[in-house]
Amino acid sequence: MHSEKRLVGKTVPRFDAVTKVTGREKYAADYYGDAFLWAGVKRAGVPHARLNGIDITAAKSIPGVVAVLTHKDVKGTNRYGIIRKDEPILAESIVHHCGDAVALVLAEDRAALRHAIESITFDYELLPGVFDPEEALKETAVKVHEDSPEGNIIRYVPVVTGTPESAFNECNTVVEAVFEVPRQEHAYLETEAGWAYFDKTGQLVIVVATQTPFRDRFEIAPALGLDMEKIRLIVPYLGGAFGGKDGITLQCLLGLAALHSGGRPVKMWWDREESFLASVKRLPARMHYRLGAKRDGILHALECRLYFDGGSYASLGGEVMTLAAEHAGSAYRIPHVSIKGWCVYTNNPVGGPFRGFGVPQVTAAMEQMVDMLSLKIRMDPLEIRRKNIVRQGDANCVGVALTQSTGAEECLRVLSEHPLWREKDTWKASAGPFKARGVGIACMAHAMGYPPVVPDVANAKIELTEEGKIRVYAGVVDMGQGNASTYLQMAGEILGQDITGMELVLPDTERTLPSGSSSASRTTYTYGNALIKAANTLKMRIFEKILPLVQGSDVSEFVLAPAMVIHVPTGKEVSLKEVSRFFSESERVCTDNFTMPVVKGMNDVIYMGPHLIYSYGTHLVYVEIDRLTGETEVKNYLAVTDAGRVINPQVFEQQIQGAIAQGLGYALYEDYRVAEGVHLTRDLATYIIPTSMDIPEMTSVPVETIEESGPFGMKGAGEIAMSGPLPAVANAIYDACGIRIPDPPFTAEKILMAMQDKDRGEISQ
Amino acid sequence: MKVFFILNGLQTIIDVDPDRRVVDILREDLQLTGTKEGCGSGECGACSILVDGESRLSCLILAAQLEGRQVVTVEGLAAGGKMHPVQEAFVEHGAVQCGFCTPGMVMAVVDLLSRNAEPTRSEVREGISGNLCRCTGYQKIVDAVEAAAKAMKNEGLRVKNDGEG
Repeated sequence: MHSEKRLVGKTVPRFDAVTKVTGREKYAADYYGDAFLWAGVKRAGVPHARLNGIDITAAKSIPGVVAVLTHKDVKGTNRYGIIRKDEPILAESIVHHCGDAVALVLAEDRAALRHAIESITFDYELLPGVFDPEEALKETAVKVHEDSPEGNIIRYVPVVTGTPESAFNECNTVVEAVFEVPRQEHAYLETEAGWAYFDKTGQLVIVVATQTPFRDRFEIAPALGLDMEKIRLIVPYLGGAFGGKDGITLQCLLGLAALHSGGRPVKMWWDREESFLASVKRLPARMHYRLGAKRDGILHALECRLYFDGGSYASLGGEVMTLAAEHAGSAYRIPHVSIKGWCVYTNNPVGGPFRGFGVPQVTAAMEQMVDMLSLKIRMDPLEIRRKNIVRQGDANCVGVALTQSTGAEECLRVLSEHPLWREKDTWKASAGPFKARGVGIACMAHAMGYPPVVPDVANAKIELTEEGKIRVYAGVVDMGQGNASTYLQMAGEILGQDITGMELVLPDTERTLPSGSSSASRTTYTYGNALIKAANTLKMRIFEKILPLVQGSDVSEFVLAPAMVIHVPTGKEVSLKEVSRFFSESERVCTDNFTMPVVKGMNDVIYMGPHLIYSYGTHLVYVEIDRLTGETEVKNYLAVTDAGRVINPQVFEQQIQGAIAQGLGYALYEDYRVAEGVHLTRDLATYIIPTSMDIPEMTSVPVETIEESGPFGMKGAGEIAMSGPLPAVANAIYDACGIRIPDPPFTAEKILMAMQDKDRGEISQ
Repeated sequence: MKVFFILNGLQTIIDVDPDRRVVDILREDLQLTGTKEGCGSGECGACSILVDGESRLSCLILAAQLEGRQVVTVEGLAAGGKMHPVQEAFVEHGAVQCGFCTPGMVMAVVDLLSRNAEPTRSEVREGISGNLCRCTGYQKIVDAVEAAAKAMKNEGLRVKNDGEG
């Protein structure tokens, strides 16, 4: 159906791999220079308090300390926030969570910086806090923000389709359960880092690890009282982000530091403990689910109430919960639905974007519900899914017709024919002594892009340089997922170049064009579509320039090859450098834009409107549980994914495998623990992310539906696989030993205790 | 104090406070920012370097401990501009994503292959278990290590950890 491509669909080693593996690639953390100052922050350390005064006199007198700043030194609004401006750069009268920044120090070296931060004291009066999302909704609850119009509600989202209440009466089987998923920390290897200075023109330049350079300027400028046009963000490759660098981390603090550095550059680099304390987390959630089916296993009604703990600032918590609500029914047709979601303020760590953006939470619940239902009606878990899975043209759980590529059913079919599914019973039966083996599956869907009220736009820019090189200006950050490299692959396909011979400009608000965030499974789709248009324009321009030079008769007589253009009828080759001489400065650059299509006229379905394009997946996991210790070992993993056409199989697998690993961490180990707002998790010794010993060999099988609207037919692949591991593992654990633990992670202790409880129950019966 | 050591094959003398961390000296004084810091407490492995051929965490070593040692950082692996087979395999097999764990991971692998030239996949997993990676899920790193071991065997390359290539 599509012609053979030279680069697209092929494994091409990433453009950034060589500079990264040799240590030459320069990250935001790698900027040092002459006469720079270190900047650092005094954090509150208490979850809710009234600040009566901050004593900085001792800190200021320490040799090597250049400045100690408080909120009084901020000339702007001192407020930032993507949806609500509720977050101060430096705390004013109230501390809202332990990670709040109270004072900013500039010092000659790190020893002086550390000493100064330790010397700052503040006079405060502890206030009662609120730490549970359902508690926070009560009339009598402590208000986290006195000026919040809806009290502790950051966002309330109701979705109703059909007649859910009466529909439950029509069901033959109904299952009900409550699930509670933990707070997850991104734990990117590169903690928050940046470098800032004022250049000769009086412009504030910030080199920083952020997913959102263009949007950040809208936040930094009013908060610091600066002109947005006088702020430039330069974004190198990020050392991981996963949503945790979507928005302001240290940009405002760095800008403030640069305003008080006496013209010297400033560097800030949070250590791991500070990164844990101050960064956003995946929102913990309590989810009440009720799911009903007819006798034949056809899903009929779903009711759920979702309580998401947003922490002390809105960030994108309300939007995360909204995407969760939109995905609360996973990838099934359900005619009668009532979904109510609340994202609420508490004095806990701030919740924010994290790969999956709310979908892993609800998928964890819904995919266990489907298994519980299948058990109750004695139907195979794959069969019940096959009966209900969405197909193109169906309405999803919020009542929106799926008009785009919909490969969910095909994912299930491929899984059902895979040896790991077919041979599962043999594998289970061969468990050794004191071992219990189980197999679990889960389906998932993930919407791509921004919702309709926020146009999902990218502006691509491509250039034929004077040296005859093709240079792509990437407007979207590469946080490690390899999208920048894929841009070169796409442009190289159109312009006949190998990616190693091309040039890349990473996001820079002065050189690249606004193209939105590196998030929402949109980075390659939206920018890629814009880039294809710009690259085609450049190609035509090259052919038109060369046409008279070789006395050709039509542009169709030319093809591009690495570093040259070939006139096919004569075989004449002209180097791109030669061609480039005939381009004026303005002709070298081609720009174009693309806006992601959206569902039209249905914005009242859900806050901000529903999504149009989805990726899908079905996962299978083999687990083995040690009956003596309760420890779960993941023995095998299969992910079947519909993310449209695969542009680069290696980069695609990187996304799938990486998401599975994070998902297995979410299922088995990761629990960012907080007690009454106080962080109990301070380092990577107590926050356990998977090591190479914990992740099994994974098999990724793409189901390449062609998404007609996508660049070369692709859809987003970055988030989809994050949602499968937790419910698949939960279902496998049940399959192995008949226990279902409502509150992951499924640690050995919890499993052992649940097995003991079950055994006692069985004995006493 | 003055510390004498061999850094990436070159005799090096530094005059530093003896209690400064090696990771800071490399990054701040010697501009060798290929060595990363991810935790500062020996949990993530991002700052791994080779000291006398063995993988060590530069965030836990102090300047004075370098005296008389042979130190190799990631910058010293690609001798004469040619990448080490481990680096080549990482590129070829997609073992690099965000890349922040990569230099430390590569050093751990070079150390592993110097001790065990033909590790099994589970030995590879054990060998790199002190180095955290949040992007890859490790599988492609294991693939790369297997390929590197094979390439080094085929080319009859002696594993050189002395940085002189």
